[in-house]
Amino acid sequence: MRINNKQGISLKSNSKLNTQISFLLIILFVFFIFLVPSIPASDSQDTTSSSIQTMWWYYPLILFVLSFFLGVFAVLAGVGGGVLYVPIVSGFLPFHLDFVRGAGLIVALAGALAAGPGLLRAGMANLRLAIPMALIASTCAIFGAMIGLALPTNIVQTLLGATILGIVVLMLRAKRSIFPNVPKPDALSQSLKIMGVYYEPTLDKNINWQIHRTPMGLALFVIIGVMAGMFGLGAGWANVPVLNLVMGAPIKISVATSKFLLSITDTSAAWIYLNNGAVLPLMVVPSVVGIMLGSFIGVRILGFTKPTIIRILVIAVLTIAGGKAFLKGLGIG
Amino acid sequence: MDSLKPKASEEQILYAKILNAGMLIGLTGLVFSFILYSTGVLTPLIPLEEVTAHWETSVHDYLSESGISAGWTWLQNLSYGDMLNFLPIAFLSLLTIICYLAILPKLFRKKDIPYIVICILEIIVLAVAASGILGTGGH
Repeated sequence: MRINNKQGISLKSNSKLNTQISFLLIILFVFFIFLVPSIPASDSQDTTSSSIQTMWWYYPLILFVLSFFLGVFAVLAGVGGGVLYVPIVSGFLPFHLDFVRGAGLIVALAGALAAGPGLLRAGMANLRLAIPMALIASTCAIFGAMIGLALPTNIVQTLLGATILGIVVLMLRAKRSIFPNVPKPDALSQSLKIMGVYYEPTLDKNINWQIHRTPMGLALFVIIGVMAGMFGLGAGWANVPVLNLVMGAPIKISVATSKFLLSITDTSAAWIYLNNGAVLPLMVVPSVVGIMLGSFIGVRILGFTKPTIIRILVIAVLTIAGGKAFLKGLGIG
Repeated sequence: MDSLKPKASEEQILYAKILNAGMLIGLTGLVFSFILYSTGVLTPLIPLEEVTAHWETSVHDYLSESGISAGWTWLQNLSYGDMLNFLPIAFLSLLTIICYLAILPKLFRKKDIPYIVICILEIIVLAVAASGILGTGGH
């Protein structure tokens, strides 16, 4: 009984600590998004431009810190870094959308490359499932990137805003199926031998899985690829529902394969941005390092924070960033 | 239970090994090249202050105003700090092609024709994207 009391006290103090950490993170995050970038704008326009040119490190430093927070929140909210990075950086910092999309793709690519080896080794990401989807998505991402760079910025910005608001709806409404019921695999997945088995530690047993509706899944990856390339978003937000809910892969296999898939899809689109000069090292490196450090910290604190609070915050920030991108595209924001 | 845990396929393990090594090399290179660039050890082709003046403009305006060419021209200017940063970025972007090339022999040995075809097509797609023949220079 004494032990139970001690556990009770410990849980209570942990819960208090969780709330305090979450609250502190939220305040710092909101401060960085809304206040810090606007500090130089409080001067006159000319003074601002010249002071920023002298203080060239100012925005890369902000990018680093902002990306760090995005990395933490991306892990806690279970979303990719790119989907937070592009709307927030393009909405609240002075960089042109061309460079933000280029950096967003490299950020998503670096995250996927870092996570890929572990997921493949553990058998969570499945190469046979990823390879056919990757061919479709990466080919279409090239066209998406070319369309994105060819269209006027205001149109891309409006479409980006609409897409982000669509992702918010998806995040609010989409369900996840831990072990989807796939009574019979379809002919295409059978001929490609897309099936597998993985160890599920929560059940302490091996789970066999197979997929269905492969042609429909491949068709959806056409759209996913175009959007990933066009907006530089990465595409985990779309990959997971298609792999899990449409094709019937278990949620863990879907999440891991989606993450790995980004390393291929984003590669093709990243090349288009790179070859078109839309990749600035001064933006890319602080962002990549920041988001990776943030993800590292995010994984460490994942166990003792309240994901619901973070998820609500991410949805709120995405709504604001998406709304701002939409209005900015229309010339209102 | 550990002995009964399913093992990933040999091509998947090989892919993971190459991806891991390449990712570590690429990310380390990215950090080091950025340090050389931002600390001024290597002079940039476009001064840092000038980059900040251009990053609010579209990529087309940036290229025309800074006078640099897009595509693979950075390869001829690797002695400049900013251009050196493109080396690890390009390496990270080439990593998938290297991984696909590495698993091809294993797929050939297994006579896994559909995946051999898909992998070769993927390599072609990524090589075309990387080549720059689909256009360079922004809109």
